[in-house]
Amino acid sequence: MPPLLEARHIRKVFSGGGGLFSENTETVAVDDFTLTIDADKPSFTTIAGESGSGKTTVARMLLGVISPSDGEVLYNGQNVSGLDKGQMRSFRQDVQAIFQDPFEVYNPFYKVDHILTTPIRKFGLAASQKEADEQIDGALRTVGLRPEETLGRYPHQLSGGQRQRITIARALLLKPKLIIADEPVSMVDASLRATILASLHKLYRDFDISFIYITHDLTTAYQVSENIVVLYHGTVAEAGNVEQVIKNPQHPYTRELIHSIPVPDPGSAWIEEQVEEKQVDETEVEENLAGCRYAPRCIHAMDKCEKKPPLYRSGVGCAASCFLYDDQESLAGGDLTKIFSESDA
Amino acid sequence: MSDSGQKKEVLLDISGLEVHFETRRGIARAVNEVDLKLYKGERFGLVGESGSGKTTMILALLRMIKTPGFIAGGKAVFDDGTDLLQLDTEQVRQTRLKRVAMVPQGAMNSLNPVMRIGDQMVLTMREHDEPGDKDKLMQRVESLMEKVGLKPEAASYYPHELSGGMKQRACIAQAICLNPQLILADEPTSALDVVVQRQIMQTLRQLQLDLDATVLLVGHDMGLMAQFAERVGIMYGGKLVEVGTVSDIFRNPQHPYTQLLISSIPSFEKRGDFKGIPGVGLSLLDPPSGCLFHPRCPKVMERCAHNEPTLRQVAAGQMASCLLYEEEHNAPAS
Repeated sequence: MPPLLEARHIRKVFSGGGGLFSENTETVAVDDFTLTIDADKPSFTTIAGESGSGKTTVARMLLGVISPSDGEVLYNGQNVSGLDKGQMRSFRQDVQAIFQDPFEVYNPFYKVDHILTTPIRKFGLAASQKEADEQIDGALRTVGLRPEETLGRYPHQLSGGQRQRITIARALLLKPKLIIADEPVSMVDASLRATILASLHKLYRDFDISFIYITHDLTTAYQVSENIVVLYHGTVAEAGNVEQVIKNPQHPYTRELIHSIPVPDPGSAWIEEQVEEKQVDETEVEENLAGCRYAPRCIHAMDKCEKKPPLYRSGVGCAASCFLYDDQESLAGGDLTKIFSESDA
Repeated sequence: MSDSGQKKEVLLDISGLEVHFETRRGIARAVNEVDLKLYKGERFGLVGESGSGKTTMILALLRMIKTPGFIAGGKAVFDDGTDLLQLDTEQVRQTRLKRVAMVPQGAMNSLNPVMRIGDQMVLTMREHDEPGDKDKLMQRVESLMEKVGLKPEAASYYPHELSGGMKQRACIAQAICLNPQLILADEPTSALDVVVQRQIMQTLRQLQLDLDATVLLVGHDMGLMAQFAERVGIMYGGKLVEVGTVSDIFRNPQHPYTQLLISSIPSFEKRGDFKGIPGVGLSLLDPPSGCLFHPRCPKVMERCAHNEPTLRQVAAGQMASCLLYEEEHNAPAS
């Protein structure tokens, strides 16, 4: 059985500039990303990274919204860009998206019912109006909303948290196999964040829906996911079981990142501790595309970092793209499937 | 206040602060009878959901509330007796930066894109009648640049030549250029990556210690508050519902809203455990009667719908506004 969704060495290059005064510049947003989502076993994978790490670009390629410059995205073993009409339809049903902004996905002129009834109509999910109503009721209740308080209202009459939960209910209606959620809680108040994450986690646990959770927030990633991929400037820095990667990070970048998070526990030395760091003039760093992207900021940088490090095994169920681990086995083709499956055992 | 807090002198005494917004559907009380004392040299964190009035409050202290909003009442009295809310336009201009400065949220939108960083700061100093010629002022700018962790040469850069973190540093340099007593920081790092956030907050703290200034940090990142602030205030629906030392607020919260807020914080300790706050935030145009939080409160009592709680002492150095801590016979009749 082919995997549900598979990214094989995808790469995305944006070219920009080329205006009257500037030269054409190329930005490698994502460089060689490989990930497999199984059809038969649900998984919850986080793709984490800071702004500019390429995480949203990965999501958009996986959704087939943009196509990779190199490599391919396969749905049931078929290249997404070459799907026929019927296959495309089932791709659009199986793989759902939840976006960051719970304001922009709504048309303010329509009641919120609209985004729930449209997929039912377009995909012919219900045989009768009664059945459609039942499905909508059920989906709203699953995400913790009361239909009588939600339906018949306009988007502006609902809070951001309610609106985001309706978009989750919409995704749920289609009985997807995979939901790709791009920063679904970053625009929602802290008090509601937990509620929304709980809804997502419930869909994974009770409905066997796989998730790809895109975020910059490692704390929520740790809470909801099983596996994590940490991106840095378009490349995979570290990947593996979330417990391993968060509690015992191996890549110097992941270490710096996790160390920088202010923990909600007064009295720790976060604000005082002097961090061992390289003084880097951010305006002068030149990206060495052929080498490790993190090397200019890395306190462990060595001569061999001029070359791009492959993913090395850094422990059970985790791998780091760093020459510090070059005495370990390197992962053929950067495929994380094996690493992720170890952690389930 | 902790023991050290009690010895400290009050820098700014805010009492009964009211900011209203006039809308077609009525008056929204964005800041609702807020009483707060800020002490000299302390780091105070003000926390709240979006719409809780935390940003409006600091804009009121800077006298930057624009119509349809207006300051509807209250006082904000400095240690020398000056009431910030009574100053005329020229006095307000003189006060900003000299006594009260702000570090903005979006540093990218706060610098003039067509002026070099240093020139903007020299202009600012001249506007405030700082002595010295341009060269002398530029020397001061360069030393400020070093204080905030930039190279002195950064003064000759245009904003677009700086990264987000460097721009925020430049904004901090601008904010401290006249040694203000009170620095208002409105989510200064929410647009930055966590690695840079830590560097910026460390810089801000060092400067605060060096200047012995008071910092009022506004935000909703509880982790950041726990690490940066010495005292924390919690806002809900325009009201200050709890104030205490950072360790009291995090370890021994008294108001039910604070308790829920603290337990909803995601951490690296509890995986797969999600505790949200039930219900939805209130509408300022149609606020509930009595305690604003009572429709969502797990400890709600019958009188919560009728009686409005007041902020009162619940433990040493800790105040909360909740009827749980008010005897029934003490409660106001209406």
